[in-house]
Amino acid sequence: MDTLAPLFRGGWFGVETSFIVAFAIGFSFGTALEKAGFGNGRKLTAQFYLHDMAVYKVMFTAVATSLFLTALTTDLGLLDFSKVFVPPTYLWPQIVGGLLLGIGFVSGGYCPGTSVVSVASGKIDGMVYVLGFFAGLLVFPHFFEGLEPFYNSGALGVVSLFDHIPVAPTVIGSVILAVAIASFFGVTRLERMARARWSWARYGNLPEAPLD
Amino acid sequence: MSQETQSLENPTPHPFWVFLTGRHEGEAGDHARLKPKPFWNPYVAGVLLGVTLFAAFFVMGRGLGASGSLNRLTAFFYSLFSVEFAGSLAYYRGYFAGEGSLLAHYAIFQTLGVFLGGYVSASLGRRARLEVAQGPRSDTRSRLLWAFFGGFVMAWGARIARGCTSGQVLTGSANLALGSLIMFVCFFLGAYLMAYMVRKQWIH
Repeated sequence: MDTLAPLFRGGWFGVETSFIVAFAIGFSFGTALEKAGFGNGRKLTAQFYLHDMAVYKVMFTAVATSLFLTALTTDLGLLDFSKVFVPPTYLWPQIVGGLLLGIGFVSGGYCPGTSVVSVASGKIDGMVYVLGFFAGLLVFPHFFEGLEPFYNSGALGVVSLFDHIPVAPTVIGSVILAVAIASFFGVTRLERMARARWSWARYGNLPEAPLD
Repeated sequence: MSQETQSLENPTPHPFWVFLTGRHEGEAGDHARLKPKPFWNPYVAGVLLGVTLFAAFFVMGRGLGASGSLNRLTAFFYSLFSVEFAGSLAYYRGYFAGEGSLLAHYAIFQTLGVFLGGYVSASLGRRARLEVAQGPRSDTRSRLLWAFFGGFVMAWGARIARGCTSGQVLTGSANLALGSLIMFVCFFLGAYLMAYMVRKQWIH
């Protein structure tokens, strides 16, 4: 048994137990999304009309928090970062895929994860979104062979900036945390300006969106 | 007795139950009248999400995801009709190579957790109700058409990029994966470029 985390890779528990762990992690994930208001497409898309930057704030807070903790535990010798899954880089598909995700997000109102939460909280548009998502997934494999060269283009392998910046991970984590906090002041200013410029009232009965 | 204390004594039924039975009286009516609780402060929710993501890395060695499990469900759906056909699709080649059910997978259990976590949280916050999320000047039919369109486009985006906003933008960025960081930028870029075209369903 390996004493280092990730615990599963170190053989601390088996595959069956990992399903329970997966469920628990998912439960916490779903709770965080719902509490943030991300079961509601209006809350999510208000980001793109500058009235409520919660999507940016929640995502960047989550990324910076996780990044900092990962860096800290790596430096303390508790976590073996080389055993953590890092998505490999495929430049072109990720650029096009990212753009498509953005286009679909503001059109549909959800992303795959938040759509699951929206269905769980009774959003009818969320249910239709999921139907559209499944329709896309059903069709995609039939076009995959034609798309495969593009799908594999721009392959750079696993590239994590952790390995390419020659300072301790905790320093990188702290800098990103500081950048995140500084940027929150900026986007909150933007929110205030947008709400003053275009009345918040035109949002109708959007569930309360605290400004902070 | 106030509605507040009543609702604590009688657990409020889920809107699906109301929807299925058509019963709007009693506790269900109270549920509909009670105001939803406000959302959490975004930084508090963000820290919870970040700690969850870190826990996934620390315990499992992999982050969060959503579209992978839905893709597995789709492959499973095809395999219900014909395992040979599903296995012959190049895109599913990894799925039918191993032993065991397609559904006995980490990602499926995680998504089940997301659903239940979202449900419990929405119910406790009195936000679980059947409704269409749309702006004051949107008409429901076009909203639902856009919802279907958005889902369809995002399915393609997620498959082309090998992951969605959870699996790539969130998880990959938290590990400083180069491609995921580029996707983070492209995701916001795509959404801001499209926002003006679909503004009628959200704002004016």
